[in-house]
Amino acid sequence: MPPKKPTKARGKKGQPTPEPEVEETEPEVTAPGHLDFEPPAREIVVPKEQLELTETELEEEITKMLTANNPTAPTNIARFNFKERTYKFEPMVDQLETHYRSDGYVLHRSSDDAKRQMELERMEAEAIAEFEKQLNAPKEDGEEAVDDSKQLRNQFNFSERAAQTQNNPMRDRYTSTEPPPTASFNASCTQWEIYDAYMEDQERQRLQKEIQKAKGKEKDNKKPEEEKKEKETVMHGSAMCKAVKVMERMVNQNSFSDIADDFKYWEDASDQFREGEGTLLPLWKFYNERAKRKHVTSICWNPEYHDLFAVGYGSFDFLKQSTGLICCYSLKNPSHPEYTFTTESGVMCLDFHPQHSSLLAVGLYDGTVMVYDVRNKVNRPIFSSSVKTGKHTDPVWQVCWQEEDMTKSLNFFSVSSDGRVTLWTMSKSELTYQDVMELKLVGNVRDADPDDETALGSLAGGCSFDFNKTSDHLFVVGTEEGNIHKCSKAYNSQYLETYKGHNMSVYTVKWNNQHPKVFLSASADWTVKLWDHTNAKPIMSFDLNNAVGDVAWAPYSSTVFAAVTSDGKVHVFDLNENKHEPMCEQKIVRKAKLTKITYNQKHPIILVGDDRGCVTSLKLSPNLRKTSGSPPDAEVEQDKLNKIMEVALKGEV
Amino acid sequence: MADAAVEETMKRINSHKGVTGIIIVNNDGIPIRTTLDSNITVQYAALVTHMASKARSVVRTLDPQNDLVFLRIRSKKHEIMVAPETEYVLIVVQNPSAT
Repeated sequence: MPPKKPTKARGKKGQPTPEPEVEETEPEVTAPGHLDFEPPAREIVVPKEQLELTETELEEEITKMLTANNPTAPTNIARFNFKERTYKFEPMVDQLETHYRSDGYVLHRSSDDAKRQMELERMEAEAIAEFEKQLNAPKEDGEEAVDDSKQLRNQFNFSERAAQTQNNPMRDRYTSTEPPPTASFNASCTQWEIYDAYMEDQERQRLQKEIQKAKGKEKDNKKPEEEKKEKETVMHGSAMCKAVKVMERMVNQNSFSDIADDFKYWEDASDQFREGEGTLLPLWKFYNERAKRKHVTSICWNPEYHDLFAVGYGSFDFLKQSTGLICCYSLKNPSHPEYTFTTESGVMCLDFHPQHSSLLAVGLYDGTVMVYDVRNKVNRPIFSSSVKTGKHTDPVWQVCWQEEDMTKSLNFFSVSSDGRVTLWTMSKSELTYQDVMELKLVGNVRDADPDDETALGSLAGGCSFDFNKTSDHLFVVGTEEGNIHKCSKAYNSQYLETYKGHNMSVYTVKWNNQHPKVFLSASADWTVKLWDHTNAKPIMSFDLNNAVGDVAWAPYSSTVFAAVTSDGKVHVFDLNENKHEPMCEQKIVRKAKLTKITYNQKHPIILVGDDRGCVTSLKLSPNLRKTSGSPPDAEVEQDKLNKIMEVALKGEV
Repeated sequence: MADAAVEETMKRINSHKGVTGIIIVNNDGIPIRTTLDSNITVQYAALVTHMASKARSVVRTLDPQNDLVFLRIRSKKHEIMVAPETEYVLIVVQNPSAT
């Protein structure tokens, strides 16, 4: 057995001897004041594989022999011998086993190591001395109670313990709501849309205010009903009415476009080469089925609307009387009248009020006078005379509106063949009458055969009258007998003058528009006569070779007038051009009698009515509307007529 | 009273010479009444309402206080007359040269 070499056996582990493992909890430094920590505890843990021995076994003595041989050492080690190049058994096996080893700390003083160590110790001692010195020195200066517990703490059994609360983990939470529905909207805004919106808003505000005001009252109940009605009549409302009316006029304008052009622009160029002659160009014809076989008994232009005129239909024939009809036509719509009114008896005359242009006075064959308001569109007059209120007993031949009287009530005159000239005044509820004149047969009685008793005591039948344009109390009345009487509203029983010249009914008397003294009369005795009311005899007479139905002065000249005769001719005279012959004599209708004629105040057209219910509009050619200038000067016009009359008087003398 | 007058006037217009047809179109472009056959009516209703609204827009843009009252479209063959009201459009087609 080789001797044990403690140095050699250093790295080898010895035979494992089961040793009780001691687990120690970490020793803890109990800092003063921190008694919460538990003191380190010792616990002995028996390893699992430890034998458990009974008492006797423990008592048993086992003798163990110590030998120098290592029982675990191998005995059969063979090593390759490079010298002999063979494996050789190794007889020497290391038998050393180290059980304890300790390095020596003793050094020889003279060795280098010792010297070095001594030097180090010396230096350390010096450093400590130095430090001590420094520590002590400031103490003397004053207090330097540096807490040096840190330096003093246990270097081995020290642990720093810190506690930290658990950090909550960061969390993000999201929710997303359902997006609101979107819609894309495109519109272009114009200035007028903004304007409309503003106006609507204003209207709405105004209505709201009204509703608030009316809340107290019980108006709300009525409103919905009214709205309902309105809704129902959208198709047939007033707006529709208007649209349809405009449309009808447009359709008419299209179909009569050539006539409309003529009305506006046509001037007879040939007039330039024909001195003293003129022509009439027929334009629209106004005809209505309902007026069939009725006579046009009167035509009257509306003073406010120059395209509107009223036509009265009736009958001049004593034996063939029927119902009457009034039609208001517009030039814009020749195919259908704007308004129609029917009367029980034939219409004989009508007149628009010069200021209140919607008021239409009507005289009937049975002697009734009526007042219509054409705006009402109701087939009922607003005023009507009755037997009680002194209606005429014979046909009313003419009606004429007067200026409003002192009490501002409207009034008009009527003349009838019962011999009365009556003033009708419109009061609130009824027409009141006042006979201004009774047409006595004075003139005729004197001339007539004294034995003719029928004429005695009776009255002359008035056929026509006209009021002087300047002195409005003055008027002339034409009678069935042919006499013309000058009367005044002031004296109701006397004639101021009686003009004799006509032998038959005087259908029309007309004062001149410019000359205050001159008037015309048209009679069934084929003549038209020109009178000066200061002269009892006619100044001029024009024989038209047929019964003259009507005569009318031109509004633009004092010397121009037109007459219609029952052979269907229109005669236009300009005394300034020709005193004896008409400027124009033109047949307008075939097989019909012309009954009425009237000038338009503004446009160069005349209307003529015939006995077949037809009204024809005629355009005057330039030669027929010569004026002294535009607007015509009243004085010049008067002079013009004066000169002609002077010449005529001289000629007679 | 008023509706009778409207009906009567429409009848008169329709019987007028050269008038091919009358169409009334409401605001939604739906023909309420027509005297033409349906295909042509629908075409007129669609096109003319556009035209009328455009024309109105022109007038109103020039002067917001102004308004379109009537529209006449003259073509070689006929004339379309349009009366645009607030709640409907009245259209009349006429052939002016027809006698």
